[in-house]
Parts: sequence; C-alpha cells; structure tokens
Amino acid sequence: MEILIQQLFNGLTIGSVYSLVALGLTLVYGILHIPNFAHGALYMMGGYITLMMMVNYGLHYWPAILVSVLAVGLIGVLMERLVFHPLRNAPPIHDKIAAIGILLFLEAFAQYVWGAEYQTMPSPYGQVVQLFGLTFTMQRLLIIVSAIVVMLLLYMFLKKTFTGATIIAMSQDRDGANLVGINTSRVAILTFLISGGLAAIASSLAAPINLVFPGMGHLVILKAFVIIILGGMGSIPGAIVGGYILGFSESLGATYISNDYKDIIAFILLVIILSIKPTGLFAKGGH
Amino acid sequence: MFLETRNLTKRFGGLTAVNNVDFSIEQGKINAIIGPNGAGKSTFFNLMSGFHSPSSGKVFFKGQDITSLPSNKIAKLGIARTFQTTNLFEQSTVLDNVIVGHRLRTKSTLIDAIFRTPRLKHEEEQCREKAMEVIEFAGLKKVEDKLVGSLTQEEKKRTAFALALATDPEIVFLDEPAAGVNPEETEGLAELMEKMVQNSITVCLIEHKMRMIMKLADKIMVLNYGEKIAEGTPEEIRNNPTVIKAYLGGSASA
Amino acid sequence: MKILKRQYIILAMLLFAIFFPLLTQNEYLVHVMTLSFIWMIGVYGLNLLAGYTGYLSLAHAGFFAIGAYSLGLLTVKTQMNFWAAFVLALVITSVIGFLVGLIALRTKEHFFAIYTLCVGYIIYLVIDKWDSLTEGVRGLIGIPAPGNIGPISFQTPLSQYYLVLSILLLSVLVMYRIIHSLTGRTYIAIRNSEELAQTIGISTIKNKLAAFVLSTFFAGLSGALYASFIRFIGPDIGHTVITFDLLTYLLVGGIGTLSGPIVGTVLVVWISQQLQFLQDYRMLIFGPVLTLLVIFYPRGIVGAIASWNNKRAGRTKQLALKDTQKDDRFASSEIAPENQVKEG
Repeated sequence: MEILIQQLFNGLTIGSVYSLVALGLTLVYGILHIPNFAHGALYMMGGYITLMMMVNYGLHYWPAILVSVLAVGLIGVLMERLVFHPLRNAPPIHDKIAAIGILLFLEAFAQYVWGAEYQTMPSPYGQVVQLFGLTFTMQRLLIIVSAIVVMLLLYMFLKKTFTGATIIAMSQDRDGANLVGINTSRVAILTFLISGGLAAIASSLAAPINLVFPGMGHLVILKAFVIIILGGMGSIPGAIVGGYILGFSESLGATYISNDYKDIIAFILLVIILSIKPTGLFAKGGH
Repeated sequence: MFLETRNLTKRFGGLTAVNNVDFSIEQGKINAIIGPNGAGKSTFFNLMSGFHSPSSGKVFFKGQDITSLPSNKIAKLGIARTFQTTNLFEQSTVLDNVIVGHRLRTKSTLIDAIFRTPRLKHEEEQCREKAMEVIEFAGLKKVEDKLVGSLTQEEKKRTAFALALATDPEIVFLDEPAAGVNPEETEGLAELMEKMVQNSITVCLIEHKMRMIMKLADKIMVLNYGEKIAEGTPEEIRNNPTVIKAYLGGSASA
Repeated sequence: MKILKRQYIILAMLLFAIFFPLLTQNEYLVHVMTLSFIWMIGVYGLNLLAGYTGYLSLAHAGFFAIGAYSLGLLTVKTQMNFWAAFVLALVITSVIGFLVGLIALRTKEHFFAIYTLCVGYIIYLVIDKWDSLTEGVRGLIGIPAPGNIGPISFQTPLSQYYLVLSILLLSVLVMYRIIHSLTGRTYIAIRNSEELAQTIGISTIKNKLAAFVLSTFFAGLSGALYASFIRFIGPDIGHTVITFDLLTYLLVGGIGTLSGPIVGTVLVVWISQQLQFLQDYRMLIFGPVLTLLVIFYPRGIVGAIASWNNKRAGRTKQLALKDTQKDDRFASSEIAPENQVKEG
C-alpha cells in the first residue's frame, strides 16, 4: 500500500512535467497545425540555460528559471519567424523536416557549448519531508505545486484576457480568425513564446530530480506527442489530463511490470490508440 | 435507371446537410445540381459520386448498390470526378499528369516494373495513347508538354477533365468546373462538356454560374437547406415559384 | 542531346566508382566509400517512401537495425550460412515492415510521422533492453564477412567494396525501373493528392503498403550489409539519430529525385570526413542546412540543378515555339485561342 501511494505521488510528479511540455506542444499544434518536432530541443535548452544561470552566474533558482523562460521563449519566436512562417504554405512534409533540422542544430549546439556529459542541477529544495508517514523531497512537491500554478495562470490568461481569447479563437478557426481581423502573425509569435516558456519551466523543474544532457529532450518530446494524441491534438485540457495519465501509468508500470521497459509504455499506448483510431482520440469531426 | 440516389441523407453532428434526397441522373445528358450557398450541393455531390459515405440512404449505379464502395472501386465501375481545386501535380507536365489516369485499366505490378516485362511496356504504351487521345479531346494538344503550374486556370480545368476522361468513364462528375474562369473561357468549357455528351459520356455538375447552367443543362435539380425543392428542365426550373423564392430569400447573387 | 549528356555523366560516375580503389590506394578512403554506398541503399528506401509516395517515415533506422540484427543474430547465434541468413534477414525486415505498414499507413501526415517515430523508438528500446537476445548495450560481436559466392571470396576490404557497389547498382536499377513505370507514376499520384489518386481508381492502401514494405526492404538490405561490413553492431544503429542522418543525406541530395541519394550521401559523408574536428558537432552545420534547404531548395542539390536546367531549356524552347504557335493560331483555333497570348 505504501509503495502504491509512493508511486502515485511519483506519477503525479512526472505527470506534472509531462503536462507542461505537452501543453506547449498542443498550443502550437492547435493554432498553427505544426507538429513541432523541435519542442524537445526547447525543453533541453531550458534545462541548460537555468543550469548555466545558476552555476556560472550565481543566480538563485527562481531568477535563473525566469531568464531561461524568456530565453527559450525567444528561441521559440525565432523559430516561428525564421522557419515556420516562411513554410506555412509548403507541403506538410516540409515543416517536419525543418523542425528536425532545428532539433539537430540545438542538440549539437548544446553539446558544443556545454559538453556531452550528464550534469546535475543543484536545487535549493533538496530537503526531505515527512508527510503521512511517507518521505518526499521538497523538489518533487515543488514540481507538482508549480505546475498547477502555471497551468492555472495559463488558463486565466486564455480565458480572461483579450489576447488569450484571440489565441483560442485562432485555434478553433484560423481562416475565420483572419477574417474577423485577428492578427494571426502576432498570435503565432505569442504562441511560440508561451510554448517555449512552458518547455523551459518544465525542464527547469524536472532537472534537479533528473539530469541535464543534450539528449534529455528526446524521450520527453516523444511522450508529449503521445500525450497530445491521447488527449486530442490541440486540446488544452487533453494535454493536462493526458500528461497525468501517462505519468501514473509509467510510475505504476515501472513498479509492477518492469523498470527497463517503462519508457515503452507510452509508445505502446500510442501505437494501440492510432491503430484503432488513426486520427487520434477525440479527433474533430470532418466538415 | 442509370445512376440514382434513394433517401440520401448526411448528418454532421446535429446538422443535417443533405436530407432524404431522391435523384436520378439521365444517361447521355448534362445533369446539373444548383442551389443557394450552403444548400448542401457539395455534400450531395460528394455522396453521389461515392466520395463520402451517407448517414443513410443508398446510391445505385446501373442497378448496383455502390453506397459503401471505396472511391477507387467506384472509379473502376466507370464513374469519374473532378475537384474544384484541380489538385493536379503542378511541377509535372500535362501529359505526365494525365497518363496515370488510365492506370486503373492496367494490371502490371511492382514485379512487372522491376523486370520491365512485355506486359508493362504494352500497358505503358496503352496509357500513353489514352492520354494523348483525351488530351486531344480536351483541346490541350498544344500545352501537353508544359508544366501544369504554368497553365491558365481554364487549361488546368481542361487537364482535370482530361485526367477524369482517361479513366474511361461512363459518367463524369464535375465540381464547379467553371469556378475562377472568365466568361469566354466558360463558353469553351461548356462546349467541351457538350462534346463529352456527344461521345456518350454522361455529365453531372454543380455550378454557381446560372446563365451557363440554364443554357447547358438538360436536367436540373435544385437543393435548398439540404432538401430537394425542384427537379426538371431549365424551363421548368426558371418558372418554378419555390425555386424563385429560395433564391430571392437566400443569396440571390448567383 | 540532353539525354546523351546525362548518359555520359552516369558513365563517368560509374567508371569513377569502379576505379576509385585503384586511384586512391588508401584503405581508409575505400572503407569510407564502402560505408557511403551502404548508406545510399538505405537512403533510396527512404526516398521511395518520403520522396515519391509522400510519407515521411521516422522509423527507418529501426528497420535498418532489424536488418542488421537479423543477420547478426542468425550468423552469430545460430551459425547459419551467411547468404541464407542474409536472405532471411531481408525477409524478416520486410515482414515486420508489412505488419507495421498495415497499421501505420492508416494514419496520415504528422500522425504518420509521430507514429513511425514511436515505432522506431520501440524497436530501439527493444534491442537495447532485450539483453538475452541482442546482448543489449554490449552489442553483437563477431559477425562474419560475406560468405563466398562460388569461387569469389569477400574477405578483403577491396572485394567487399565491389560487392557493396554491385548491390548498390542493382538497387539503383530497381529504383529507376520502379520510378519510371506505371507503378512509380501511381506512387507519385498518391504523393500529389491521395484524394485525386483514389478518384482515378488507384487503391491507395495497397500502393502505399507496397512502397512502405519496399522502403523497409532497402533499409534492411542496407542494415544487413552494414553488419557484415563493420562486423560489430550496437543498439545505437537503431536510434533516431541514424534516421535523421539518412534524412539529411536525402535532403541535401534531393528528395524525390533519383540521383539525390547518391549526391547527398557522398557529399555529406565526405564533408563530415573533411571536418573531422567537428565530428559530434557536424549537426551544427547540417541541422541549419536541412532547415534552409527545405525553405529555399526543397528538392536539394539535384532538384536545384534540374530546375535551373529546365529554365534554360524552357527559354530556348519557348523561343522556338513562338513561331510554330503563330501558325497554329490560324490553322486550328478550335479551342480558346486567346490562351496562347497570355503566355511568355
């Protein structure tokens, strides 16, 4: 029983990280219909920038994250402007290849600048907490709480502000949004900014319990894709719920099935889903 | 009956786009479907040509139920169609675009391709000849070696016609064939359609250009809000009060 | 005239490939060239699917690894005759390709890309984790070199070079024949528009599956050759990094062109060799190259040259045509003569 609760808590932690990454991915997909294969590289850059700010510039954890969010958001914006915007009318295979190009570049860049070694991120919240007879590290609690706060803020931004409303409008109907005078370029930029920022927060939160290395985005991005297919491409609640579902399945799978194969769970899940429903769960019906 | 629909209905979620439509196409004639914007013409058209499957109802072609057949099998039965956006391969020549149109009448496989069998050579020749024939028919002889991307809108439409004709169809469905084409060119396309009928190919089209339809069609069906409101010769349609009301009530700009 | 010229180029390339080992006398360069040939075969597989049929498969390295591991395991663990194992490895890869394709091809566009990316990862993880079968991260050692065919032995690097070259030439011939046949036209029609292809009576499911299986066959062939040439394989050969490498070769050369895989692979491999100091950082250059190519030259070097040639040829042709068109206008103005005025 205790193991179960411990694993559920772990699932909640991993799920929070997954949800944040998947949110950024699903926002971009919903609004621009781009499956951003380079999103994992943004996640990786986020981890490194936070680490660099803390180690090289002696910043505290939180300001370091802030810098990282801004920097990665900016990288996202550059990606949109320099690559995806020029390709918006190209055949669908092109934006995927372009994204892969960016991914390869950013990984090589990280390796060039920061080296290929696995690095640990010192967290000011390493202390262990006893709660209901279970032991947690503060960092894990922090991940869960921060993720929920970020999601709430994002929700409020999308629902309560005008800018947020335009993003929602555009995700529902791009041409329509254009017709009613929404500046789609501006929305695209904003979306990439938010998407990059979310990736940076996710990796900065997760880095102290994982490690920082150039390939750290690989599995995460794949799983994020699985999540947004699970939750419906472009759906915001879907990304959140999907993230937690995957987090729980993995942490339970690792304990009760096999730790070696826990990473496969997500992919098997996806293969099964797409085998049954080729357009993903909750696909929007045809016109 | 040549091609007919019975109680054809299509729903999208709560919306009924096509409601219980019975319609029959007359062989060897030009049949047209018209209606105000959003009347469900395109949906009906896609159902009838077998491109989408209906929520209920059936489509029969020469007595055979084709409702649930996939589009490629429907094409083999002799039903061809064009798209409003021609969907052609722009970086390739007219001839190369049209050659593949006769592929469905050939049998050669991957193995034939790898070993360059006599069957493949024979069938390639057959496809090329067919393509030349329909290109000539569609009046594209002069541009057959040009890239489709460099053609005028009207020539693209003709290429799309030619591609459809290369499948050896008995009936051709044309989705707004004259959209985006100027009046003189529309005239030319209308002539081409008449030429098809003279060559015993039945034509069925949806179109916005009323003047053209009234002059061209032998039989017209009018849809409004997904339901059939009239059917008959152009003369009958012109004088039908329900049709007049529908057009005046909706968008009269046809 | 132009066809003649192209034949000369092909002949020159062929002669160069045949005499290359004699020209350099450098064993290392021969090794690199052999490896390039092996990659090319895999790139051709990717090209058939992504370039001609329009489906970007990101599981390609996975099938490459299946080919390599099938050969490796059959020869090392069951001591099977080399060529029997070789054929069986191709069969295994194609059968798995068929099963994966059956399901994967129900999806389209990005779903297909994501699906295959996941399939690729599953293949990689299985190889990596299934220790008892694949030796996991330790890798598989002692894979034999290709066995003798009659009196010909393939123990020396030079003989292996020619073996691989022959198989590559055979692959190119097969590719050429497929692309320039009704079957190839069918694939291109599917790439252009699946909807249109269906309405002209093409069974898209059957044709896509054939293209997919063929593509995995070439990946497997490439993998099996790799295993017998390098003689050691690890799970890394199934990693998506390899897929991205192959994709880079294809894109630089020209996706959807017949000579693209050769041009791209030779170029990228040789540049990487020249930039030894970059090694792990080669993607600092090739990553942006990939992105820029897709934006500015989506059909790579070969595509860029072809369209440049076309433009030149088009210009001279148009000049020649103008005269005949003038006559035509008077002779047969059956259809809309005003169209001709609009050109030029």
